[in-house]
Order: sequence, then C-alpha cells, then structure tokens
Amino acid sequence: MSALEQMYQQVILDHAKRPVGRGPAIIAEPPAGALVGESHQVNPTCGDEVTLRILVTEPVEATTVAEVLSSVTWEGQGCSISQASTSVMTQLVSGEPVTEALHLADLFSELMASRGKGLASEDDEDALGDATAFTGTSKYPARIKCALLGWVALRDALARSGALPHRVVEQGT
Amino acid sequence: MNTPPVIDWVALRDQFPSLAQPVRNGKSLIYLDAAAAAQKPWAVIDAERGFYERTNAAVHRGAHYLAEQATVAFESARADVAAFIGADVAEVVWTSSATAALNTVAYAFGNASLGRGGASSAPFALRPGDEIVVTEAEHHANLIPWQELCARTGAVLRWLGLTDAGRLDLSNLDQIITERTRILAFGHVSNVTGALAPVADLVAAARRVGAFTVLDACQSVPHLPVDFRALGVDFAAFGGHKLYGPTGIGVLYGRKELLAAMPPVFTGGSMVEVVTMDSATYVPPPQRFEAGTQPTAQAIALGAAARWLGEIGMANIATHGRAMTAELLKIAEIPGVRIIGPGPGDSNVQGGGTAAGLDRVPVVTFAVDGVHAHDVGQVLDDAGIAVRVGHHCAQPLHRRFGVAATARASASITTTPKEIATFHEALTQVRPFFGL
Ligand SMILES: Cc1ncc(COP(=O)(O)O)c(C=O)c1O
Repeated sequence: MSALEQMYQQVILDHAKRPVGRGPAIIAEPPAGALVGESHQVNPTCGDEVTLRILVTEPVEATTVAEVLSSVTWEGQGCSISQASTSVMTQLVSGEPVTEALHLADLFSELMASRGKGLASEDDEDALGDATAFTGTSKYPARIKCALLGWVALRDALARSGALPHRVVEQGT
Repeated sequence: MNTPPVIDWVALRDQFPSLAQPVRNGKSLIYLDAAAAAQKPWAVIDAERGFYERTNAAVHRGAHYLAEQATVAFESARADVAAFIGADVAEVVWTSSATAALNTVAYAFGNASLGRGGASSAPFALRPGDEIVVTEAEHHANLIPWQELCARTGAVLRWLGLTDAGRLDLSNLDQIITERTRILAFGHVSNVTGALAPVADLVAAARRVGAFTVLDACQSVPHLPVDFRALGVDFAAFGGHKLYGPTGIGVLYGRKELLAAMPPVFTGGSMVEVVTMDSATYVPPPQRFEAGTQPTAQAIALGAAARWLGEIGMANIATHGRAMTAELLKIAEIPGVRIIGPGPGDSNVQGGGTAAGLDRVPVVTFAVDGVHAHDVGQVLDDAGIAVRVGHHCAQPLHRRFGVAATARASASITTTPKEIATFHEALTQVRPFFGL
C-alpha cells in the first residue's frame, strides 16, 4: 500500500461518504437530569468546521458509576479526513460512559502523535477499532488537525455540558 | 538592438538549490506554490549569507569600516528595489512584510486622524462618515487593516464586488467611489483569481473624488514589469518572499510628498532628529518609517533579487507567465474541475508571445467537484506536486463563490510546460481516486 492509500483507507472513504451521526442535531426535550453540550470547532487553515452536540445521561442501572454519552450528533463540512474521523468517533463513543469516551480521546491523540507507527499496546488499538485507520494520517503533520477536529469538539462539548472528569470521579466515590 | 535576451527557462532551474531535492516518495519536486512563497535562487541566498559572512554591522549607526560597508549595502539595495519599481529611493520604505507595509499606511492615517503630524498630516485625517473602499477580492492583509481603521475613526468600509468570472465588478463604480471616499485600497492582482485589476480605471475614479489609492502589489511584482509612478497610485505594498527574495522583508512605496507629510507609526531609534524628555522630531522618509533595527540582511538580499530579476527582464518573465497561464488553464477541460477566476475563454492568454495586454497571471485556483481541496492537495503531493490549499487568506472571496476551500496552482519563472502537463495528468486522477 502506498502512503496515500494508507491514508485514504477504504473505511475512511466509506465514512466520508456516509458519515455516522451527521445531520441536524435535534435534542427535543433532554430527559430530566441529562446534560447537553455543544461545541463548534474550526480549522482556521482550511475552514473545516464541525458543530457537535452531545447528550449525557445518568446511568440506567444503579450499579454503573459513570454517566453515559447517550447521543452524539454533528454537522460539518470539510475534507474527507475530518469528516470521516468525526464519523468514526461518533460510532465509537456513542452509548459509552463519559470516562471511556475520554479514554478513547486520549488514545486517539496518542495515535496522532505516533508518526505513522500506531499504538504500542494491542488492547489500545483494539479499543480504537476503525479509528486506527487514521494511523496513516499521523505521518502527515498538516493533516493531524483534520483528524482531531471532531475529537476536540467532543472534549469541548463534554466540558461545556458539565460532565467534567472530576464530576465523574466524584460520583464514583 | 531590440531583440530581447533569449532565456533558457529550463536551465534557470539549476539556480534554485531547493528545487533539486527529491520530495515525497523520492519524486522530483514540481513546485506550483510560488504565489505563497517563491523558491530562492543562489543570487539571493548568497547575498543574505554574504552579508553575515563579510559585512555584518549595524547600519546608519557607526563610523567604523564594517558599519560603513553595511550601510552602503543596505542603501544600495534600496536603490536596486527603487529602480525595479520605478520609484525614487526616498519612496522605498523597508518593512518586515507586505502586511506590515499595509498596516503602516493604515496606522499613519489613524495617527493623522488623532491630530498627529500637525497641519501637514491633516489631509490624511479621517472623520466619521468618511469612506474607505476595498474589493471583495482582497487578501485579508488588505482588508482587515482598513476594517480596523474604520473602527478607530468612524469611517465606513465599502467595497466593489466581483463578477462570476472573478473580475472586479465596476458596474456600480460611481455609487461606490463617491465624494465621501477618502481611501481606495485594492490588489493589483488577486492571489486567488490571478486577475489583474483595472488599475487605470480605479485610479481615475479615485482621483476624480480626491481619494488616496493604496495598491497591494504582492502578486503582480513577481510576474509583470511594475512601475508605481506610471500606475499613478499613492501607496503600494509588496513582500520579499514572493519575489524570490527572503522572508522578513517587505516594501512600502509612497509618493515622496505624501510620505513626507505623514506622521510616523512605529517610533524609536533611527527615525529621530532631536529627542528630549518630552518629545521628539523625526527625520524625513523613508527613515521616518523605519524605527529600530531593520531586517538588514533581508533587505540586501531583496536588492539582489531585484537585480537578478532585472537581468532576466520582467517583460521576459511576463511573456513566460502568459505561456504558463495558458498551460495551467487547460485544467478547465478536466471533468469536475471548476476554475475560480477568469478561465481560458475569459483571459487574454493565447498567442502573441508577448506580455502586452496581459489580464491575468499564472495563479490558477480551482475546485474539484466532490473532493475537498485538502484531499486534492494530498493526492497531488503524493506525485511530488506542491499546490496551496485552503482559503488563501481570502475568505470573503471564497464565500462569494460558495466554496470554503480551494486548491491553487501558481507558476514561477522555473515552471515548464512539462511540469504543468504532469500536474494536469495527476489532477485527472483525483476524482477517480476518490471513486468519483
Ligand atoms: C495579495 C496578497 N496580499 C498580501 C499578502 C501578505 O503578504 P505577507 O504575508 O508576506 O505579509 C499576500 C501573501 O500572502 C498576498 O498574496
């Protein structure tokens, strides 16, 4: 596979064509006690944009400690890398506990810093699933920002929603 | 003898060390991004390096041997640049960039509006209700300084629009440029569309109402013989790095009598006559606008660039540019490729073999249907082809054409038809690569 084909793997092209979670995000009536967060991110060098909305709800089972990212929707425009990456992320974090979403965001940042090498731990790679297809992107410093756009929006939306890590931790104690 | 020197455009490439290196995948570099930053010939690299090797000293600030040598080199570079643009040496102000030059003009107007500079600066003072006119094609560097000047003075910003072909729309010129217009600032050549502005018409319109003209010449000076006096503009700006010169250096041209009447912008060392604890008096231009240590090596190397270009001949370069424009515009034939700006049917690029009547330069911006500009650029990069992608610091223009980002191919004096053919072929592959 050429470096270009590594960058534009079929999964990425597919997600760019049929993005998951893209569309006007209508959270009609957030359920009582749910948190809503929205973030608008722009890549100033190319004008790529994403507006991401999340809904964080209380765990259904009383035994689970963490809050859950019950809905992720977004609108955006931009290159295939930014759009596909936001789509893959949406698939990955939807329905996951907030702590897990943040963990995945950390792993993805690590992947982007790997200069094409990928992650050392196989478990971590497994956790990232389709998102490991962006390993090829991490070889191109100018494109890393494209791949991170949606993830930056996710972190920001989480912070704005009030579902901050310290709150999650407090609930666990 | 009237026959112009015959230039071996292919051999010229050997003067550019950066073009000899292999890039991505060992491919030879096809550099089509000169409109963002031109590569440098040895003449420029040697001049900058030579200054540090042999001449380095503070200019205008000492009587020792090296200080004298440095000052002579610095001032003869100014003379070389002045000759290059048809100006007097007193009309060439060194700045750190084109952006700095444009901001200098805007802030000088702002200072005059605050009453600085006394009676001689009064003609530059703006009042609420005065108008500044720009165009929708401007680079942000020739738009935002005017927005800010309006915000500081209460002046109102107005602008000329663009036609669908990407040329300035002069149909409502008389409504836009009126008795209220105090400044008309416009680009000589758009860094997106590559189109030349109708300078004579615009200068005439400004003169009719007594407005000052400011020309952003960043994208014209690398491609055409430019003579600011002949163009009749009051102020002009360009940077070194698109003119085969260094970064960190730009030029502000201003008509002698206007610069002499203007208040300074940056203040400090090297621009003063008498300084007391309360106040200072200022030296005449150009030094009045050159506070502090200047980018000396860069100015000297820009002088070398101007000399080097003068030897090749800007008329020859314009003729070569016309041929490259015609080659570049052939991409309009590729399915799904849309040119933003004057296309082949809309440009005076065919035949003639001369620079006369040129209405655009080899800066060609395009959108590829269904493929984002970043992805276009990536596929081209894989073939060793460097183009610029993004909004090229011209967001309003992109909004006008309904696109967020575009790709831009811009030729330089080293560009050959063969390189453009390779680019053309690679561009043909882009949509198929993305399954379109
Ligand atoms: C038309 C135009 N104006 C102004 C500028 C600003 O030049 P600089 O960034 O070198 O100051 C550029 C280049 O980016 C340009 O193309």
